[in-house]
Amino acid sequence: MKLMPCPLNGPRNISEFAYGGEVQELPPPDCAAGDWIDYLYLEDNAAGVVREWWCHLATAYWFIAERDTRSDAILATYPASRLFGGTGDGAPS
Amino acid sequence: MAPLPEAAAERLAKPRGLWIDRNRPIAFTFDGRGYRGYGGDTVTSALWAAGVKIVSRSFKYHRPRGTLSAAGHDANSLVQIGAEANVAADLRRIEDGLEVEAQNVFGSLAHDRAQLLDKLGRFLPVGFYYKAFYRPKGAWKRWEGAIRRMAGLGRVVTAASHGYFDKQYLWADVAVVGGGPAGLAAALEAAAGGAEVILIDENPHLGGALSYARFDAEGRRAGSERARLVEEVAARDNIRVLTDAVCNGWFADHFLAVLRGNRMFKLRAKAVVMATGSWEQPLVFRNNDLPGIMYGSAAQRLISRYGVRPGQRAVIATANADGYAAALDLMAAGTEIACIAEMGPELPRHELARAVRERAIPVRPGATVAEAFPAPHLNGVEAARVAAIAGRGRTRAGGETFACDTIVTSVGWQGAANLAWHAGATSHYDEGSAMFHISGLPHGMHAAGSVAGTFALERVLEEGRAAGWAAARDAGCERGRRPAVGNDRGAAGQNHPWPIFEHPKGRDFVDFDEDLQVHDLENAVAEGYAHIELMKRFSTCGMGPSQGRHSWLNAVRLNAHANGIAIEEAGLTTQRPPYAAEKIGLLAGRGFEPRRLTAMHHRHLEAGAVMMPAGLWLRPEHYGGRGLDAAARLAAVHEEARNVRQNVGLIDVSTLGGLELRGPDAATMMERMYTWAYRKQQVGRARYTLMTDMTGIVTDDGVACRLHDRHFYVTATTSGVDGVYREMLFWNAQWRLRVDVTHVTGAWAGVNLAGPKSRQVLARLTDQDLSAAAFPYMGVREAKVAGIPCRLLRVGFVGELGFEIHCPCHSGEALWDALMAAGAEAGIRPFGVECQRLLRLEKGHIIVSQDTDGLTSPLEADMEWALAKKRPFFIGKRSIDLRRGHARRKLVGFEVDQASLAAGGTLPQECHLVIRDGEIEGRVTSCSYSPTLDKTIGLAFVAAERAAVGESFQVRVGADGPRRADAVAMVDCRVVALPFYDPDNARQEL
Repeated sequence: MKLMPCPLNGPRNISEFAYGGEVQELPPPDCAAGDWIDYLYLEDNAAGVVREWWCHLATAYWFIAERDTRSDAILATYPASRLFGGTGDGAPS
Repeated sequence: MAPLPEAAAERLAKPRGLWIDRNRPIAFTFDGRGYRGYGGDTVTSALWAAGVKIVSRSFKYHRPRGTLSAAGHDANSLVQIGAEANVAADLRRIEDGLEVEAQNVFGSLAHDRAQLLDKLGRFLPVGFYYKAFYRPKGAWKRWEGAIRRMAGLGRVVTAASHGYFDKQYLWADVAVVGGGPAGLAAALEAAAGGAEVILIDENPHLGGALSYARFDAEGRRAGSERARLVEEVAARDNIRVLTDAVCNGWFADHFLAVLRGNRMFKLRAKAVVMATGSWEQPLVFRNNDLPGIMYGSAAQRLISRYGVRPGQRAVIATANADGYAAALDLMAAGTEIACIAEMGPELPRHELARAVRERAIPVRPGATVAEAFPAPHLNGVEAARVAAIAGRGRTRAGGETFACDTIVTSVGWQGAANLAWHAGATSHYDEGSAMFHISGLPHGMHAAGSVAGTFALERVLEEGRAAGWAAARDAGCERGRRPAVGNDRGAAGQNHPWPIFEHPKGRDFVDFDEDLQVHDLENAVAEGYAHIELMKRFSTCGMGPSQGRHSWLNAVRLNAHANGIAIEEAGLTTQRPPYAAEKIGLLAGRGFEPRRLTAMHHRHLEAGAVMMPAGLWLRPEHYGGRGLDAAARLAAVHEEARNVRQNVGLIDVSTLGGLELRGPDAATMMERMYTWAYRKQQVGRARYTLMTDMTGIVTDDGVACRLHDRHFYVTATTSGVDGVYREMLFWNAQWRLRVDVTHVTGAWAGVNLAGPKSRQVLARLTDQDLSAAAFPYMGVREAKVAGIPCRLLRVGFVGELGFEIHCPCHSGEALWDALMAAGAEAGIRPFGVECQRLLRLEKGHIIVSQDTDGLTSPLEADMEWALAKKRPFFIGKRSIDLRRGHARRKLVGFEVDQASLAAGGTLPQECHLVIRDGEIEGRVTSCSYSPTLDKTIGLAFVAAERAAVGESFQVRVGADGPRRADAVAMVDCRVVALPFYDPDNARQEL
């Protein structure tokens, strides 16, 4: 079983984590229908290093992992705050 | 049972018989006959000592088979022990009273009626089943039973009792798999560096080849090395030894599955040393499967480990020094050597060969055993024909025939590199050593010994030390310099490049498990199954219980030759875990099912509740008591419902999910996560919540209570709350809103006190003004009930005046008791989940995931009212907007026509199909008889354009009466307005 180096809990079995999809930007609420559907259903599925959301289930901790999809090697993990700073202005309301 | 015979043959003198305890005689039976062996004997060794060589019949031709490897590397030694099928007799140790039976036998092992199949063999070509039974249609169905009986392995005993299986986690710096010389040296070196080491071996004792092989003419070296290494390992308290344990798989980041008995260890190591040794490979010639034909290592195992003489007179075919070592061991054990066929062109000059020649044993260079002559009924060997090798795979006619009862072959080895293959290592065929070598081991895995192609004992020990050092370094325990490993690892000269001598009459077996002969594989390629993976699947070569351990090397050689390509190009088939047979019970473990119980659980049991699972929780289904028939159970549920509608009932809702949102942005968070509006929700008010996902699909619902400007207490469904919580945290990891979300499910116990008399019952326990003016419908109050601090919610899931009362869970039972006591006069009764389902259906409330599915948008569920109109964003908003006007189905309420039920239909069930004009249009999601309304009502998905009140449709249901189980009937239904009960909501808003 793979180990995931969780930024909060250290290395844990991958079975303690849930995958949350690739990190992608939420399109604006008035985007074209095609862009919205692209956001919902079309993954880039790149062969290379991708940024992904992972959640440590027992602590409900979301963080970001950089993984090479060719080797399945996890290259780095870090708190989401590194990409999403500040407070209160992350989405349209 | 027949009387016990005297301990049959005497065993060889010590030090032979290393693993047996001669002071502990053991009696067991084989096919009903009594035998005697010693403690430490395997089924194979004890039977062989008693002169019983045949332990099974082959898979396809029912030919008698005896052990080939004496190490469980073949399916020849599979036996049945009680309810346990396919037990490796080579490995299973005997115990007093053990009852062993032969497998795949018709009649008796000695006179198998199905042996006729051997005579018919030419009518059973490779791919026989595919070819013979595909026409006419149904032929396979007719023949399958008979074929499966004939080609079976062990017997499944369905009446077998459940075994106890469990799992254990282990951690190590370094896991060393294999307790032979390489593994012992590796473990010692890693431990010397300070690493915590776990040393795993499938045998009952450490030592590996040092416990049977011979490395010098005198035969002293193995024993002294073994004694030294094993003693040093025992002296190390940072080496944990797991014997009788098989490492069955390598998984990512050095997670090893290790099986011992009925326990599976899940071992996480920082580094792994693979010292798993190698499998000896068979020589292919006519009748090479007869009992009495075995590997040199098998003969040596019988002699050294068990003190058993393999036979009276042996012929040896050898391509390496091991054949001579076996010859010396056999002679020392009293077996006469009739002849040695040296498969190389010249007599070898090494020490072992010299020692053999000094004993005046006839050695024929450039020769092989070309054919074995069977004893009557194929029950053993009578003689071997030794003939000169005339080129690759060919022998000259004639030659010499030697009478013998044993043929020993030593033609080469192949590394047991399964763990490396599991880890993605690749293999390359080396023409020089005629074996596959591995490369591309993952970081932290190191190989040592013959699995790595190293055979010279001194090199094996050096390589073991080097691997142990490197593994300890990878685990963070570095010490000194890497031990050196000398050259000349001894792989060259181990393997004969082509130990395959096809015979025109066949019976030259490549795969013993599957009874595959040389021409079977050639034919598979000729018929177009040329690629190694196709050949394997078409012929089933390597797909038997031994998974190709003794067959794939020769099969690859044959495949390459038939295709005219290099062996390297033919390649290996993919090897996956498990390495050895694995019982399903080991995977299932103890059947651990965690259950959550509410604070009132014991009160429910005392009140006669029948409990049902709800997610991880147990909830009361109804309080009618156990053992009711369907009608009595229904009556109990209806009685509970009547009491809620007429008096007052109490239900435990502690399993409801609970979340607290606190912070200045709590309302903003609510408005982004849920579809409705919460910013303007007043403190002290509750509001329905509906959650959708990004694609606009309903995922959960509940109630939001605003306890403070910056504090919402939100309920969610029992099974959905974990997902809701995770989703909130996921989005807020990006939004960074100033809100704290806490999962409080289980921290709060809760009840719903419902019914027209609920107010008067509750009033007896609280100072809170419960009047409609002071505490209106959808109000929320914090107050003490029976002295317990509670949150009171006036919500109406069941459609009556009612109060949900939430309290800290440690007070749940006290709250329950207080309410039951206060309600006694009013006729309070607890009600269960079944009753609640009925009551909410009467009220037309949906249950998310019962009345919705993975495609249901709020538009389809007629919940447009719960969608905020003006807000530009909530999760799912954009998708719902895009879906608007495209809903193809709609959730509607319906009534069943009583006449059509009476005419032979049964009550529609969840997922029964809605049929209109002969077409499937939708399905029923909920349906019950409502005693309140005296109608059968339900919810169903129907086509959006025919969802108007008054439309009619049919539901396909099971037919009533003593007809066939799959008989169906149609019942007529009519779309009606929701809710079914109290459409003006007068009762819940009292």
